[in-house]
Amino acid sequence: MHLAGDHKLRDPAWHGRVTAAVVFIALLFPAGYLTEFNPATLWGDASLNALGQFLGSFFPPETAPDFLRLVIEAAWKTVAIATVGNAIAIAIALPAALAATRILSISRIATGRMAALPAVIRTAIRWLLIFLRSIPEIVWAMIFVRAVGLGDTAGVMAIGITYGGMLGKVYIEILESADNQAATVLLQNGAGRLQAFWYAALPVSLPELTSYTIYRWECAIRASVVMGFVGAGGLGQQMELSMKMLAGAEVLTMLLMFVALVWIADLVSALLRKVLS
Amino acid sequence: MRLAWGGLAGFAAALLFLALCVFSLSGDWASFFSRTAAVKMGEFVQGFARPAVDAVFLQKLAYATLETLAISWLGTLIACVGGLLVALPASGRWGRVARGLARMLLNMLRAIPELVWAVMAVIAVGLGPFAGTLALAVHTTGVLGRLFAESLENAPPEPHASLRRHGIGAVASFWYATFPQVLPQLMSYSMYRWEINVRAAAILGVVGAGGLGQMLHFHLSLFQTSEAASVLIAMIVLVSLVDALSNLLRARLTS
Repeated sequence: MHLAGDHKLRDPAWHGRVTAAVVFIALLFPAGYLTEFNPATLWGDASLNALGQFLGSFFPPETAPDFLRLVIEAAWKTVAIATVGNAIAIAIALPAALAATRILSISRIATGRMAALPAVIRTAIRWLLIFLRSIPEIVWAMIFVRAVGLGDTAGVMAIGITYGGMLGKVYIEILESADNQAATVLLQNGAGRLQAFWYAALPVSLPELTSYTIYRWECAIRASVVMGFVGAGGLGQQMELSMKMLAGAEVLTMLLMFVALVWIADLVSALLRKVLS
Repeated sequence: MRLAWGGLAGFAAALLFLALCVFSLSGDWASFFSRTAAVKMGEFVQGFARPAVDAVFLQKLAYATLETLAISWLGTLIACVGGLLVALPASGRWGRVARGLARMLLNMLRAIPELVWAVMAVIAVGLGPFAGTLALAVHTTGVLGRLFAESLENAPPEPHASLRRHGIGAVASFWYATFPQVLPQLMSYSMYRWEINVRAAAILGVVGAGGLGQMLHFHLSLFQTSEAASVLIAMIVLVSLVDALSNLLRARLTS
């Protein structure tokens, strides 16, 4: 190829890349300032000592029988918090979804549009569900810990409320995205809403509903470990105690327990969902 | 019919498991629904009904919101770079041993939640947003590294091979053939993760890692519920704004 004069072979994307890089770097400085970004503190004398000692005390993990029993108890508590919390979430989500789903609207069938009052009620329930899930579970846990004290109950309620909001939303989506001819036919022929739900809408969507609920249970286990850090019981609360005392060996044992727990929950959840499908 | 019986048995088993769980909790339900708890919750609700709005407080709140945003942004950015660096060996381009080791590292980074990393970062660099940034960066490196590695593995190898056959160096071939192919996917993963990280950055502060969470923790601990309410509102607004922005950007990028 002949290139005339001082034309050189150029990267056609060059200008765009330079602009992007400049904007990027310009944004980097305020972000660095705001986050007090200073890697030097990481290598500073004081912190290297603190971190080094802490990490050094990780090995070998603590294996005293008494402590192991405590860890296993805490892990089971975590599972229990997640399970009971999830049960409360279902108890919130199922009635809410039942009331808010459009497929069980009777006025919709005759006119094609929902009557005003049911539409308002359904929207209000959706808003309530949004409110429940828009506050993170750890914040609910902090509030409950302050209102009722440290312990499992705060964790259970926090999971129940946040996950109630999430499950409710997804239940509605699942119910409405399924093939709902059967439910519509039942309603057209004079069946009640509960009958239409029980004999038509639920059977169609049950596998998907169950599978999502199991997935959420798995998430709840992860969440309930984290919530323990604000005093809501389970493995996280023990981990926080050990971390405060800089007992690295105990922390490592509990981290391993946590990873094993998540792994087992993952396996169980995958297995159950496979059986369902 | 057999399926129905199977379903019923599964349901019964689930109920049994639930009963076992309820039984093994300390069962402090009485105190949860007691008068004192109700009174305290009432106080909370009262405080939340009138969020604090004085100018000095709002200024602090705005700063903490920006701080949260900066933590999430910088944490995600560092994780993008770190994730890509680890994804190179994890996608198997430097042999199986390197692949296994890199994947193990990514799994470890990912398995430990941000909040646990944050506690350790606070021990390492002290209270403040820098700890939160580090914690997010470390955890997100694990998440993005794995996603990036899978993108790289799934990218069609022909353009890269073709450049290599024409005598172009390995780095240049990667940069001009493989990287542009996976870039849209990498961008969309990073964006998605940034969205999650804004939420995470907002709460990481409860262990002292800066941002809105630290403020919320502070005011809740002093039972200043009006201030706590304002912080919560700021959190929700921030998360919703980022969601909207991210949806917009994603629509732009994918269209």
